[in-house]
Amino acid sequence: MMRLYRLLLHLYPASFRNEYAGEMCAVLARRLRDTSATGFPALWIGVFFEVVFNALAVHADVLRQDLRYTARALRRTPGFAATAVLVVALGIGANTAAFSLADQVLLRPLSFPHPEQLVKLWQTEPGYTRLELSPANYADWKKMSHSFAAMGAYNRNAVNLVGQGEPVRVDIAMVDRDVLPTLEVQPLLGRVFSPAEDGEGASGTLLLSYGLWQRRFGGDPQVLGRQLLLNDERYTVIGVMPRTFYFPNRDIELWTAIRLKAENYGDRNDNWLEAVGRLRGGVTVAQALSEMAVITAQLERQYPKENEGTRANVYPLRDDVSKQSRLLLYALVGAAICVLLIACTNLANLLLVRALMREKELAVRTAIGAGRERLVRQLTTESLVLALLGGAFGVVAAGLTVPLLARLVPNTLPVEQATAFDWRVLLFAGLLTALTGVVFGVAPAWRVCRKADLTALREGARAGSGKKERLRSALVIAEVTASVVLLVSTGLLLRALWKLQGNDPGFRTEGVLTLRTALPDPKYNATATRANFYNRVLGDIRQLPGVTGAAYISFLPMVMGGGIWPVEVAEHLTDRSAPHTASMRFVTPGFFSAMRIPLRGGRDVEDGDTLDRPLAAVVSQSFVERYWPHQNPLGRHFKMAFQEHTIVGVVGDIRVRGMESNCEPQVYFPYRQVQDGWFQFYEPKDLVVRAEGNSGALLPQIFRIVHAADAEQPVSNVRTLADIVESSTASRAIEVRVLGAFAAIAFLLAAVGIHGVLAFAVSSRAREIGVRMALGARRGDIVGMVLFRGALLAMAGVIPGIALAWYAGKTLEALLAGVKPYDAATFLAATGLCLTMTMLGCLLPAWRASRVDPMTAMRLE
Amino acid sequence: MHEDPASLLPLPSATFHILMALASEDRHGYAIIQDIEQRTDGALRLSAGTLYRSIQRMLEQGLLVETNHRPAPELDDERRRYYRITPFGTKVARAEANRLHELVRMARASGFAPGRA
Repeated sequence: MMRLYRLLLHLYPASFRNEYAGEMCAVLARRLRDTSATGFPALWIGVFFEVVFNALAVHADVLRQDLRYTARALRRTPGFAATAVLVVALGIGANTAAFSLADQVLLRPLSFPHPEQLVKLWQTEPGYTRLELSPANYADWKKMSHSFAAMGAYNRNAVNLVGQGEPVRVDIAMVDRDVLPTLEVQPLLGRVFSPAEDGEGASGTLLLSYGLWQRRFGGDPQVLGRQLLLNDERYTVIGVMPRTFYFPNRDIELWTAIRLKAENYGDRNDNWLEAVGRLRGGVTVAQALSEMAVITAQLERQYPKENEGTRANVYPLRDDVSKQSRLLLYALVGAAICVLLIACTNLANLLLVRALMREKELAVRTAIGAGRERLVRQLTTESLVLALLGGAFGVVAAGLTVPLLARLVPNTLPVEQATAFDWRVLLFAGLLTALTGVVFGVAPAWRVCRKADLTALREGARAGSGKKERLRSALVIAEVTASVVLLVSTGLLLRALWKLQGNDPGFRTEGVLTLRTALPDPKYNATATRANFYNRVLGDIRQLPGVTGAAYISFLPMVMGGGIWPVEVAEHLTDRSAPHTASMRFVTPGFFSAMRIPLRGGRDVEDGDTLDRPLAAVVSQSFVERYWPHQNPLGRHFKMAFQEHTIVGVVGDIRVRGMESNCEPQVYFPYRQVQDGWFQFYEPKDLVVRAEGNSGALLPQIFRIVHAADAEQPVSNVRTLADIVESSTASRAIEVRVLGAFAAIAFLLAAVGIHGVLAFAVSSRAREIGVRMALGARRGDIVGMVLFRGALLAMAGVIPGIALAWYAGKTLEALLAGVKPYDAATFLAATGLCLTMTMLGCLLPAWRASRVDPMTAMRLE
Repeated sequence: MHEDPASLLPLPSATFHILMALASEDRHGYAIIQDIEQRTDGALRLSAGTLYRSIQRMLEQGLLVETNHRPAPELDDERRRYYRITPFGTKVARAEANRLHELVRMARASGFAPGRA
């Protein structure tokens, strides 16, 4: 009976139990003696609940007491408290933000059923790993393969939506009947496309995205059956997709049935379909790939000319992230881990120093009877309070950082841009810091209590043993190492960014405004109708004050990098050494001068370049260098887009694919030399206007001009050219900023760490310093001694830091845009910065050491 | 070092009873329980947990001390711990009694309690 009671007493805190268990047992024994046998069961039940209740109450008492004590202790040392909380907050905040983002982009399963089975299919050709499929190849792949439970094809487009409020330009996906069943998604309202609705000649049907439904239709459930005009064709709304459905990416606002026609299957080189597949249960991506290799080889034998070198690429839909986005994220996560490690090291250091300072206090408390358990518990509470406070601030910090990072979420994935806060990461980082806090906060106390010989109480006992100092020095060295790695990585990325931003795009951006007026079919099917529109709009715009140039082009550089076509040049037909491709654009006269792209020879396209003249082409310098180096290219012929063209002019190259990608040579065709209804995708739709002064002020007038030319024509995508160029490196710029912030934090923490270690060393050696000075050491010697120690610590950290930074640089090489991972200037700057900062951290302790008065220092003891 | 007695008021009833039990003599735990039980005619019977939790807190607040002084050996049980009320404890108990007295006086004035107002 009593044994059971003793067991129950373990619910109490040990300190309480040690003190009162004997008494309580005695009380119970007396009570048992006074109770009759019949009263026993009731007594025991009562005792059980009594123990549970009182044990909880005692725990609460202890906690209250510890919290009170903690609050008092932290108030006494506000510097320590603030630093510790800040350190923890930075570590937790940085990690929560970085991992939330990485998790969303790289890890979290897509929000489709069985997302692991979903794959993306691409065609590959020598030189290209992600080509769209031609309808004929898609149909054959689908028919011949057995690895897929389902496969669907789609294409992205943008249309003018009329019939509900202002006409607008919306991004749409044209999907075949199998895409939505492949993804296994159900609409929120209505139904998906039936096979009949996807048939050739079927009337138009569409599905709305949740966002568009809310914005344009106020979430009206009666929207089903409504008729809308997309590019002047009538479509019936048959459904609304769920709020979290993004496919192929988050820009798509509605879906129509693709309705492939028989004629679409004619040309195997007309690649414009993207394909998504669902693997059959148990089939791996590798198996699907090898099956597709067999199928594509078979198709190559069947169509040796069209399918020459054509193979298939299959990979999980989840992995449709560019290598660059991936690396940027890895760098971010790596940096965040560095920050967390540094934060933990610094916290450990802070707590160790504090424990040393308190050794005496703890010894006193042990001497007056506080149990070891009680002290440990109190210190644990203290550490946890610090971790919790830090965590709370960390959440705030992460909350502020996550939206900033949202632009790093690539738009190739069917995921939301807004990053959900990752509580698991928060918890993990919190636990790690709490653990650090407990280990480094409590272990010293444990040791003090265990010693119990009260050496710490002896007057003049020197706080801090040599072993402890070595440990703390090691922690500081680790911090310096990590901050060197971060500084160098940031430096390398910054140099890469500067280098890219310093690249010449090939055109001048100042004062250029761009916007899009995409002319809908069939209204503008005829080339002449379009020409009228362009001439009217361009003519009026050129009359505006300050305008020095205006022209239309198919796609603006850096906004659209595709539109690549094979090129055939008679003299180079057998040369397979490089991909013979170029980007194709149609332009109105004046495009090159409006963009300030230099004309290097020949002439610009003209209004007179119509179909009754030979097809003209203006090509870029690199096109000429590839085929006719050191020769006059004017008048030469090449075949592209099914037709023979004659070169009439040569212009400078521009960076079509953005500031950091290599680009194909460029070919420009005159806007009038296109048969009605051909190359609709390439119709000039982007307007560039160069003006002196504030080009943005022209916008209302430009809107009026467009409206006057066609009242139903929406204007969209208004941006300055400078903005377009800048956003081509925006994700990098953000990355550099975030890494820079991380590096700055790490750097600061390392400096604080070094300062802490030296300051403590100086104060605990005051007597030694005093003795030295009494024996004739000069102040300069003392300062030198402290600085030397600081420099030693810094160097010990910098050397491994350089090695690790070199390795980090190698890993990041793909992101460095040609900056060498062992870029000497960056390394020198980073190490120099690190050494300077640590030396600055040493100055105060060194000065303090030099102020030690030998008499006071020795009398103090 | 002691706080103002008023800052501890009102006292939890267990605390006040323990102070009353210790008013006349030092007692050990079970004796306190018995004393309270007799004083209240069995209406209040502290459990061991409640007793020692209260004692712990009262020790911290300085209302009690453990005492080395023991009663005559024939009455003593060696293992027992004895508690004694401190002057501060007496002060706090008086303050609590005053507080209760005032309360009763006011209750009488408003007709809630028997006796003279």
